Amino acid sequence: MSLISRRRLITTGLATAAGATGLGVAAKLSRKYGLVPPDCKGVYGAGETLTYGAERLFARHAMAREFPRSMICEKPFANEIAPPTDAFKRMQARNFVDWRLTIDGLVEHPMTLSLADLKTMPVHSQITEVSCEEGWSHIAEWIGTPLSNVLNEAGLKPGVRYIYYRAVEPYLWETIDVDEAMHPQTLLTMGMNDGDLPVGFGGPLRLRLPRQLGYKSLKFVIHITAVDSVKNIGKGLGSIDPEAGYSWYAGI
Amino acid sequence: MQEWAIRHGRGRPRDNRASTPANTNHSPGTPGWNPTQTYVPGPRFSCYSLRVATLSPVKPKIERRHKVIVRVTHWLTVVAFLALVVSGLEIVISHPRFYWGEVGNVNMKPAFTLPIPASRDTVPTGYNYQWPDQNGWSRYLHFEAAWVLVLTALVYGVWGLVSGHFRRNIIPVRGERNWSAVLSRMAKYLRRAPPDKREEKSYNVLQRVTYLVVIFMLFPAIILTGLAMSPSFVGAFPAIALIAGGKQTARTLHFFLTWSLIAFMIVHVAMIAISGFWRRMRAITIGGGSAAEEDR
Repeated sequence: MSLISRRRLITTGLATAAGATGLGVAAKLSRKYGLVPPDCKGVYGAGETLTYGAERLFARHAMAREFPRSMICEKPFANEIAPPTDAFKRMQARNFVDWRLTIDGLVEHPMTLSLADLKTMPVHSQITEVSCEEGWSHIAEWIGTPLSNVLNEAGLKPGVRYIYYRAVEPYLWETIDVDEAMHPQTLLTMGMNDGDLPVGFGGPLRLRLPRQLGYKSLKFVIHITAVDSVKNIGKGLGSIDPEAGYSWYAGI
Repeated sequence: MQEWAIRHGRGRPRDNRASTPANTNHSPGTPGWNPTQTYVPGPRFSCYSLRVATLSPVKPKIERRHKVIVRVTHWLTVVAFLALVVSGLEIVISHPRFYWGEVGNVNMKPAFTLPIPASRDTVPTGYNYQWPDQNGWSRYLHFEAAWVLVLTALVYGVWGLVSGHFRRNIIPVRGERNWSAVLSRMAKYLRRAPPDKREEKSYNVLQRVTYLVVIFMLFPAIILTGLAMSPSFVGAFPAIALIAGGKQTARTLHFFLTWSLIAFMIVHVAMIAISGFWRRMRAITIGGGSAAEEDR
């Protein structure tokens, strides 16, 4: 039966209007409070937005688990890395004294830091797990200085929403939101298990994000930029991950 | 609605015969059904003739075999589950090794290894072949489908509690909460005896126990072990990882639970095929008319 009564029409119409308005308001609020990831579009955008939004809503400041020293793996697994370039090998031969980390973008004091400069900052160590999207994991002690120390020193300007970071290979770049960047466990890592961070694990400088999967913890970091939007970086999806078919947010 | 249409001259009753008293609905379980009338059960698929009778202008309230919320949540679960299985198997082939405890990687001895090639070259499998790597979209799809599953489960779970669906249809009835009831129903299945009258409208004890295990044990367990693998979720709720026995234990259990749910699905579909596939399909999709159509 396809006949529609007037009452039905009015109620359905009102309900649709209320639903549409509700969705519009929800979308606006979600954007305002940073609950929408850069890869929110497409077939998988809805699931991705729910995952990221729920995490940011309920666990924005949650801490990754830290483990007792006895749980450190004897033989941690170093995932494969791209073959180092000649420039990298030259720096490695000189024990990375030429390694520089540039901090620029929307900051009060753009700066370039050597590893020695970074080591003068407050040292923090954490025994956390590396979880790979493939399924394997290992636990190690990671030593370095929280990214928030460097960002506070540089002074983030108002309006900064994302922190861009790039490896020595220019095609390897990522972004994280400011909350993740300022999280106390987000670590500019220079040491591992009481030694220097081995090259296989991202030495001399890796940004470790224990609350996310391994692929967000970029190895060989040389450049950090504070930005207000990721629209103009690459394809505007937030990092190379969505460009390669992986989710930008890797907390799951 | 139809009376309204007639009053406004928009239409006429489609079937005049149907409005004569002789043709009122004869379906058992519906108003007007007189069990003393001679009722001749039709052939196995006699439902079509009964269906015509339901086209009377004043529709009696038809008791559907499955409520609309059951039908909608059932199919949402089917779609989500199949997407989860396909994407889950895609993800697992990137590291077809399983471990117990918190950590596990190729430098450690696995609890067991699937005898298949991997989709990543960092995993030693002994095969000279590598699957194509499909982890990107598989992970996107896996978590999107997981949201569909979890939200559907919430709707179904809350409704099932509030409406009494679980109490009426899922929890075994009083007097059948024992092994002998389960065993005697199992024996009936093995003898291929026809179902009881009671089973027309609801489930027998064996079905209830099975659904109880699937709804309240397997699905919650597979969701929790899935969440126990998420670094941020476990950060927010560390108890999840402890309950699961560590990330790698959670992953291994997640894998076993997948197979137990696949086993359930195979048996479930097989039982439906045996008991009348299209009739059951009508019941779980369009509602399949009255309860009387069932098991007739």
